[in-house]
Amino acid sequence: MRVTFPHMGNLFIPVKAMLQYLGVDVVVPPPSSKRTLTIGAKYGPEFACLPLKLNLGNFIEASEKGADTIIMAGGCGPCRFGYYAQIEHAILKELGYDMKLIGLEPPQKHLTELLAKIKALSGTSSWWHIFQAIRFGYRKAKAVDEVEMAAFRSRPRELTPGSTEKAYAKSLEMLDRADSEIALAEAKRNADELMSAVAVDSKKAVVKVGLIGEIYTLLDPFSNQYLERTLGRLGTEVDRSIYLSEWVNDHIFMGLVKGLRSRKKACEAARPYLRHFVGGHGQESVGNAVNFARAGYDGIIQVFPFTCMPEIVAESILPEMRSDYGTPVMTMIMDEHTGEAGTLTRLEAFVDLLARKKEVKEVSCK
Amino acid sequence: MKGYIGIDVGSVSTNIIFIDDGGAVTDAIYLRTQGQPIAMVQKGLKELSGKLPAGSKIRGVGTTGSGRNLAGIIVGADAVKNEITAHAVATSQVVPGVQTILEIGGQDSKIIILRHGVVTDFAMNTVCAAGTGSFLDQQAARLNIAIDQFGEIALQSESSVRIAGRCAVFAESDMIHKQQMGCGLPDILAGLCQALVRNYLNNVGKGKEILAPVVFQGGVAANVGMIRAFEQALGLPVKVPPYYNVMGAVGAALLAREAVAKRGYSFFKGFGISNMKYKTGSFECSGCSNLCEVVQITEDGEIIARWGDRCGKWSNAVREDKIS
Repeated sequence: MRVTFPHMGNLFIPVKAMLQYLGVDVVVPPPSSKRTLTIGAKYGPEFACLPLKLNLGNFIEASEKGADTIIMAGGCGPCRFGYYAQIEHAILKELGYDMKLIGLEPPQKHLTELLAKIKALSGTSSWWHIFQAIRFGYRKAKAVDEVEMAAFRSRPRELTPGSTEKAYAKSLEMLDRADSEIALAEAKRNADELMSAVAVDSKKAVVKVGLIGEIYTLLDPFSNQYLERTLGRLGTEVDRSIYLSEWVNDHIFMGLVKGLRSRKKACEAARPYLRHFVGGHGQESVGNAVNFARAGYDGIIQVFPFTCMPEIVAESILPEMRSDYGTPVMTMIMDEHTGEAGTLTRLEAFVDLLARKKEVKEVSCK
Repeated sequence: MKGYIGIDVGSVSTNIIFIDDGGAVTDAIYLRTQGQPIAMVQKGLKELSGKLPAGSKIRGVGTTGSGRNLAGIIVGADAVKNEITAHAVATSQVVPGVQTILEIGGQDSKIIILRHGVVTDFAMNTVCAAGTGSFLDQQAARLNIAIDQFGEIALQSESSVRIAGRCAVFAESDMIHKQQMGCGLPDILAGLCQALVRNYLNNVGKGKEILAPVVFQGGVAANVGMIRAFEQALGLPVKVPPYYNVMGAVGAALLAREAVAKRGYSFFKGFGISNMKYKTGSFECSGCSNLCEVVQITEDGEIIARWGDRCGKWSNAVREDKIS
């Protein structure tokens, strides 16, 4: 059995770590590329959203590398992502790819089922060993998130263009290679050192933007046209409403790790505008926009794939939040387009707007 | 005369303007881009140099529009800015106190909201080009009327026909049906203007607070039928500034003036570039599966810029060569 799973930004690092810890033979699909997208768009239904197409492309490219089993998350709720695992499996079957599907239903409702599936995957591992593997994966996710946050801080302030990118890529590679708790701790130390060695202008005035929206396009740079990198290059420090480790804590550990931002808090913040679940991360998007506005961020960018229903609901609510807090919000919709000029124009104009607004505010304060 | 050049390279038109030190426009050149941005920039600059009095001095140059980077490399721009910022800067100068800018160009349409001279919000059409200049052009051609008569004819309408405005395809079939039913041309054109305005306000203008003074600009602002449709829909007077079709270029020139004032000198390469040989080419990089389309530009045989690569392998190589 050779197991693969879809890409979503850096997700492959902790998932691979966990599976390999359990002795599973893992095939990581090649990084999402234009080829992945072309394959996915060719075989996926035209009206499906971008994540489905990229998932499909990932599976086909992984199968070319010898994968025969797919692990794919499921869901139950207004967002159609819930049936993507089944649809993708059916499409692959029709195309003649004989791959086994292991669908993981959301652990909030099916925790024992999830654990049983992981146990079955790992063969004869004990529950203790499984616990250790999940913990190892979580620690990797946490390390990856911290390196990413360091990149968010240094990108807008770097003295040599591209130096953050280089250090970041190298750091991820080191974290990815670590195959034990001890090696991971060592890799994390080296990565921290590498990230703090990036020469920055610490006095530079930067604008701060909070990113919210649908989890896949938020976490996956290929699908959002390298939003964070572009914003960094435009002199913007970004923060995101969702990080891998927070998601794992909320959804797999049931919020056991304290001190992290949680889904519950986001939903509380959304209360004046949206009081119930609308599928996906729609409710969290509204709540996180409020949280970013309260924390004094200069602007908020919402990102989601074309036709994403939960985020369309959030989008229509955001203007009200905006008029209460005065924080500008821009929405970016992602689809198959790979021409980056349009995205760049909008981002540049938005950053100009924020910088100018900040300047005027600071002058009037003096 | 001393002043600044502004260049707006759009999908449909390439506009070049000259402003004097005080920011007043003295020359404006409007060319069709025809898919050849470099040749049009060269042609426009040549034309401009012929129009300017002898001994004129170019203090700086700015570029904007979707071809801004390309044009910026060719001319040696002091400011390379997106269209939204450029339009906002220009309009604030021409119509002080402006609070809403409606802009409809060849392929895109945008709305810019300003308060106290600062942009506070904007939107651009995202997934649909219905209601932009290209569509009006195409319909005028189909009805066999010159685009510059479009508005005048629409104004003759006494009772406009309702046309579906959500999608250019729906609009076109609706227009044909009404035309075959026997509706008059002025009524159809007026109906089309109203449909485009409705679509613009529901799509681009969705959720925006539109307050007076409202300024309408971009190539489509030449159409008096569209001006009237906007005024009816908004219940507000709509102003069209002089040079409404080159406002992006005006903004680029004003931004260049700002940049040169800060830096103290200009990067402008001179009018000689009209006679240089530029060649653009693209190749597909095979370094990874992204297969990026890398574009490179040569000036008299020397590579001056490359872009399109996601990893920076090719574009950085040019930059490093230049530094060393």
